[in-house]
Amino acid sequence: MTSTMQRSHKEIKNTNPKIIMFLCRWCSGKGADLAGTSRLQYPPNVLPIMVNCSSRIDPQLVIEAFLEGADGVLITGCHLGDCHYKTGNYKAYKRMTILSKLLEQIGVNPKRFRLEWISATEAAKFAKITTEMVEDLKYLEPYRKGGKR
Amino acid sequence: MSEEKRIGVFICRCGRNIAHTVDIDKAIEEIKKKHDVAFIEENMYMCSDPGQNLLKEAIHSKDLNRVVVAACSRDMHEPTFMSATKEADLNPYLLEMANIREQVSWVHENKEDATNKAVKIIESAIERVKMNTPLTALEIPVTQKALVIGGGIAGIQSALDIADSGYDVTLIEKASSIGGHMSQLAETFPTLDCSQCILTPKMVAVSHHPKIELLTCAEVEVVDGFVGNFKVRIRKNPRYVTEMCNMCNDCVEVCPVVVHDEYNMGLSPRKAIYIAFPQAVPAYYVIDPKTCLGIDPLICSKCAEVCEQDAVDFDMRGEIMEDTFGAIIVATGYEPYPIESIGEYGYGLIPDVISGLEFERLLSANGPTAGVIRRPSDGKEPETVVFIHCTGSRDPAKHLPYCSKICCMYATKHALQFKHLNHNATAINFYIDVRTAGKDYEEFYKRAAEEERVIYIRGKVSELLQDGNRILIRGVNTIAGEGVELHADMVVLANGLIPSEGTKEISSILKLSCDSIGFIKEAHPKLKPVETAISGVFVAGTASGPKDIPETVSNASAAAAKAITILSHKTLERPPQIAEIEQTTCGKCHTCIHVCPYGAIYYDSTSNKVLIREALCEGCGSCAAACPSGSIELKNSTYRSISASIKALLKGEEMAQ
Repeated sequence: MTSTMQRSHKEIKNTNPKIIMFLCRWCSGKGADLAGTSRLQYPPNVLPIMVNCSSRIDPQLVIEAFLEGADGVLITGCHLGDCHYKTGNYKAYKRMTILSKLLEQIGVNPKRFRLEWISATEAAKFAKITTEMVEDLKYLEPYRKGGKR
Repeated sequence: MSEEKRIGVFICRCGRNIAHTVDIDKAIEEIKKKHDVAFIEENMYMCSDPGQNLLKEAIHSKDLNRVVVAACSRDMHEPTFMSATKEADLNPYLLEMANIREQVSWVHENKEDATNKAVKIIESAIERVKMNTPLTALEIPVTQKALVIGGGIAGIQSALDIADSGYDVTLIEKASSIGGHMSQLAETFPTLDCSQCILTPKMVAVSHHPKIELLTCAEVEVVDGFVGNFKVRIRKNPRYVTEMCNMCNDCVEVCPVVVHDEYNMGLSPRKAIYIAFPQAVPAYYVIDPKTCLGIDPLICSKCAEVCEQDAVDFDMRGEIMEDTFGAIIVATGYEPYPIESIGEYGYGLIPDVISGLEFERLLSANGPTAGVIRRPSDGKEPETVVFIHCTGSRDPAKHLPYCSKICCMYATKHALQFKHLNHNATAINFYIDVRTAGKDYEEFYKRAAEEERVIYIRGKVSELLQDGNRILIRGVNTIAGEGVELHADMVVLANGLIPSEGTKEISSILKLSCDSIGFIKEAHPKLKPVETAISGVFVAGTASGPKDIPETVSNASAAAAKAITILSHKTLERPPQIAEIEQTTCGKCHTCIHVCPYGAIYYDSTSNKVLIREALCEGCGSCAAACPSGSIELKNSTYRSISASIKALLKGEEMAQ
């Protein structure tokens, strides 16, 4: 049993996971742009949505993304203390922490939902996190529309 | 809204930048399938005049009422396309950009994947633009007054330029005098004119300028607001000496407290009541509250007793003042790299190993030795001095990864000045490369090396050791390919520049982006060298990276010119994408009032409504996400529009697989 689980763990189950990535306009969005300007490469599986601030993201939108068939949701914002809107990222942090617990309880693998702080200069971190998350999700079953497997 | 949505999509090839990885023809074919796209066209460069004309003509001829431009980042060209849309008589907020360059073509190699992603991003922009409503930019009044933070040469130059253009300026400086590091320098390369002689006229001009309010011993505590109206809280620390001071120096003679003089890099003593340097501006004394015995409790009041002007006031207290400014220039400068961290050079242990700025003070006529080079250990004049370039610089493994730009030149200047004082002395410079990229800089270096016989050895010094009363230098000559061992009477470490504490503090107060070292990041390294990510905040001088004096001055003038582009307007347009409340569904739970970081939402008890103060709303959207009844929306970034984006991005999943 254990050996099959271990083996199935290493099997690629989803060659093309889809990740909805929320970017804030001031830090992580600029970090993403800098990754482009610096010609860093990362997988095309991350699909960006730019909002003004990570605090704009209604947790309901995350759930909606999963229901629409996203294999993962990545929320990015300014580092704590650096928010352009003073405290927006603290609010995002609180909301998304509660949401992540909720998602875990209903059986969503924690690897599918990440919250990361990326500054305007951290292009390499941006590329690293997106690459890492896509890699992680390849070992999980694809999500289908409506949350069904 | 019942009007028919006629959407125009314009895809930019950006030369090869986008077209190289995104199959434009295929993308057009895919997007054409969407029935609500009335017009689609591509262009080599959408931002060019022909590209913009294409957009404008299509809006008219195809009767478009929504526009999507798929090109670069909105930070790059959104203003370009918004004004083109406006020129074509279409509300500019009915435009959306799809970033298929920075976030697609430059970061992916596989053409098929990149094309699919680009199509999805364009489709999500189409979904968003459908939901957009026409908006009108908010007009806000501009406070026609600038704040310059930091009173070094950069801040001085910026303040003078803005004031000379007829606008009010407040210049604030943490220390008791303006002048910054430049006031500590002896002579300046490559012309060898005396630093004080060229700086002090500018300092005096600041103090006399009717348009400049100078606040010394002052710090910025909080900055609120936005371009045109920054509300700034400034703390003015007590000076304990009033303007009545006539600089007679009687107080200094009786003061019993002796401490290191910061201006002379600790190479000479000063008293607890002092003046930073003779030409200080404002020209009156100051008491250092940390060491004075008179502040609390009052043990000693010798200075107050001898002061004929009654200028000493131990009861002076700090003040908090608030003011509003239209633009802010950050000119908080640098500090030298702490060379104590370089163990092998023994700075702090070997007394005659000194830093560049310390040598600068020894060279200065108003310095601790009145311009005679003396060894800190025994006061003797050195015969051989070794200057080590790149101390702590260009050493990514252990210290700073970057080149500080000025050290080659100032070490050369030091060697030259030392030779001028003693023509028979020996000056030896250890260097990695001699970098002389500046007007007349190479000539200056050639003069030192060829005419004035300063010795240059290419190679690094591995250690410095005390050997009797001399210093043993062990290093390598990388041209000869052999080890070097020699003795010197003094070693000067040419250390690089790091951001000052003030630069770090202010960037955290203003929420400015910084690089990994802590220097403030420019909005664009080439085309917006003095702008920051925050509109209305500019950066001048070494706060954004190492610079020499000519570059700092031109940088400061540039920042001033940019600030004037704001100050010269009576009103500014502000993005209208702010929150709005749907009163019919609002449950008056006040959740939004608590989450708003700007206090922009309030409860009006007379009308029993929760309302938004439009001038204060910055459009973060935190309230919209928090509202339990979904009654708050951020204009043109509504829940429905983000939700539609998500659906569009995930739509073609099967197709991609």
